[in-house]
Amino acid sequence: MAGVSTAHRPDSAATTRRGEALIEFLLRASAAIGIITTVGIVTVLLVEAIFFFAEVSPVDFFTGTRWSASILPYAFGVIPLITSTLMIAFIALVLAVPLGVLAAVWMSEFASQRVRSIIKPVLEILAGIPTIVYGFFAITVITPLLKATILPDLGTFSALSAGIVVGILVLPLVASLTEDALRAVPRGLREGSYALGATRWETVRRVLLPAALSGIAAAVILAMSRAVGETMAVVLAAGTNPQLTLNPTESVQTMTAFIVQISLGDTPTESIQFKALFAVGATLFAITFTLNLISAWLVARYRNVYE
Amino acid sequence: MSTQTTTRRKVANALFGLLAFLAIFASLVTLVALLFDVVVRGGSSVDLQFFTSAPSRIPAKAGILPALVGTLWVTTLVAIMTFPIGVAAAIYLEEYAGRGRWSRLLRINISNLAGVPSIVYGIFGLALFVRLLGLGRTVFAAALTLSLLILPVVIISSMEAIRAVPPSQREAAYALGATRWQMVRRALLPAAAPGILTGIVLAVGRAVGETAPLILIGAVTFVTFVPVNPFEDKYTVLPIQIFNWAGRPQAAFQEISAAAILVLLVLMFLLNLVAVILRARLSRTIQW
Amino acid sequence: MNEREPVTKPSVSQIGASAPSGATEATSASSINPALLLENVSCWYGGFRAVREVSLAIPRNKVTALIGPSGCGKSTLLRSINRMNDLVPGFRLEGEIAFEGTSVHSRATDVIDLRRRVGMVFQKPNPFPKSIFENVAFGLRLLGETTGIDALVEESLRAAALWDEVKDKLDQPGLSLSGGQQQRLCIARAIAIRPEVILMDEPCSALDPKSTLQIEELMRKLIRDYTIVIVTHNMQQAARASDYTVFLTMGDDRAGYVVEQGETGKIFTAPQQQLTADYVSGRFG
Repeated sequence: MAGVSTAHRPDSAATTRRGEALIEFLLRASAAIGIITTVGIVTVLLVEAIFFFAEVSPVDFFTGTRWSASILPYAFGVIPLITSTLMIAFIALVLAVPLGVLAAVWMSEFASQRVRSIIKPVLEILAGIPTIVYGFFAITVITPLLKATILPDLGTFSALSAGIVVGILVLPLVASLTEDALRAVPRGLREGSYALGATRWETVRRVLLPAALSGIAAAVILAMSRAVGETMAVVLAAGTNPQLTLNPTESVQTMTAFIVQISLGDTPTESIQFKALFAVGATLFAITFTLNLISAWLVARYRNVYE
Repeated sequence: MSTQTTTRRKVANALFGLLAFLAIFASLVTLVALLFDVVVRGGSSVDLQFFTSAPSRIPAKAGILPALVGTLWVTTLVAIMTFPIGVAAAIYLEEYAGRGRWSRLLRINISNLAGVPSIVYGIFGLALFVRLLGLGRTVFAAALTLSLLILPVVIISSMEAIRAVPPSQREAAYALGATRWQMVRRALLPAAAPGILTGIVLAVGRAVGETAPLILIGAVTFVTFVPVNPFEDKYTVLPIQIFNWAGRPQAAFQEISAAAILVLLVLMFLLNLVAVILRARLSRTIQW
Repeated sequence: MNEREPVTKPSVSQIGASAPSGATEATSASSINPALLLENVSCWYGGFRAVREVSLAIPRNKVTALIGPSGCGKSTLLRSINRMNDLVPGFRLEGEIAFEGTSVHSRATDVIDLRRRVGMVFQKPNPFPKSIFENVAFGLRLLGETTGIDALVEESLRAAALWDEVKDKLDQPGLSLSGGQQQRLCIARAIAIRPEVILMDEPCSALDPKSTLQIEELMRKLIRDYTIVIVTHNMQQAARASDYTVFLTMGDDRAGYVVEQGETGKIFTAPQQQLTADYVSGRFG
């Protein structure tokens, strides 16, 4: 080899090392932004909620059944907001879970590679459409359709329309997470079932769904979290009428819809209404955070079993 | 086993297959119905005047110019901010952090953040950027808030792209005497680039359609001028404009709302197209 | 040739070749100033010992083959030499590996520098998803080299017996080459930064017989300038291509240990140990 002395060149090893340390520091700082964000969110919500609870007792807030932030006499019982939120989430899940799970089963067990390569992008497109567009779809299509067919007396805003549109919105999420869970079931289990002469449906019902159960449960919980936190579709479809009802044809106000209502108006930042925004936000965060943790725990459980 | 039971089992199987197919079909129909609704309602309102005018109290004269410019501003700033930080965080978590308690906490935290409702980011942005840091209700505050919102998505997709690079590539670089950062910059990042960029473009697409947090950050619903200075000017964005028009009872406003949705969807479609093309071009030479 | 260390490279090859027979080859190899010296090396993955108390001398400008059944720790041992095992969580090494008289695992040793001097070729060809040219230039660019890259790339490709096949398509992706060509590209990439030792971890296991023969011929040429250590499953390959052979096997504790080492001819024709005889004759493993 011709004499080229490349190794052992004094390539300023010390400088390189110092550069490495600086780079590692910058990378670590970037990763820490996640933690800072979490701490920031929790701090902001707690501090502002404390200002609110200085004026309204937590007991009244969490057990009160009347919410009236704009009409005197004011009342800040969060139960109506939570009830409406959960009612809409429930309607959404009733729609999205069976359809989503069926869709996932069809994609992972029945569809050919070709068909799946068409269907999967369609679901991804559905998942990518902004929720404001779903809200628009609810008021221009779903509500009129319900009125024209089964519920002629339905008003412009209803929990039912909101629930249906949120169901459509979380369906791709349920389908894709369920498909992940089904795919994580080892081939051997499937083959074992087919080798015993089981049909596809029998394999799905007796082997795959039980094996993927905690994964599917994780999908359902996460979908619920999404539905609870969903804002724009719900604001447009369910309205802003805070009332305690379980009648899905009524107009209701969810937690997110209240937050939007307050931010849209010229509410002074020192007012009790504005402080209530943070208290409701903190409640919303606590609910979704808990749901997300449960979902993550369920996913970790099925990963542990099969990986 | 009697032939009767066998037949029943086969029928059950066929019925189930049909049911499952119908479930998929329902989603397809929904997508088509949604697009159909938007196109039919709004298609005729999309013309040159729609792009060059400001919103107006008269629907026929209204346009989306300020909203479109606002969206482009916010999107550009979000992309610029999330790209370096998201990729850096992903590199740290995949290549530097190891498997200790701290890195586990970081990972769990990132996936939890991805599940926080967008409106909560809006509340946080309002308290931190608008009020505490005094940035006001500006494009910049909005971009910061949306950056925090999509950062977990960017980090997670970048981590997946980095993880997909075979370990043999890392070994090859190390065996040639690469330092850790040299390995990352010269071997890992070029190989992971298609996945990373695709993930970022898709995440930015999500920011384009976000509405709720920007209502809190004070995107104004009626802006008649084009924002020029992202640190000073009031602004609005397309989804907010859509929200404003969609909430009005008059059919004419719903038509221009649909038209604005059409523009928004085309914008997002273009971003997705960019992602697909990027992925195809960059990964042409990479086949493990 | 390799002017970097003209003084420390006397005609050791002749001494090695005429090493006295009879005594165990390990002593004869060490007596001629070996490039690498392993003393009592044990390797641990967490609580599992993969390699037990291995002592070896790797002679300069020779091909030394490590053979033995799968799982006997050959690769672990090889990867300890350039400290690739540092990347494996829970890995720990006991004993001493000396490269040119300096401890490889001591705190003072710069692992980056070590890997520049001890190159490696892997089991599966692993070119970067870059052009052929950039693959070979990779290590040079790491060193901050800016001039003379063209000449060095050509020289390395020639040395790896690949130049004639790729000289007209240097800008094509390295991954577009055949498996055998990819492996020679990886060899060119390794020698572009002029290491002193090349470690080869079953370099032919993913290749067809023709490419395998090409790599073996190449190894015979490369030992004029390099010391080569190769791990192989293929006993014919060890017999054909190596000067020295080290036979390892697994104990009851699944830890690999050295059964016998010596000149390749001896190991294959007149092994001292029954285990070796069984293995090389195909009765075991």
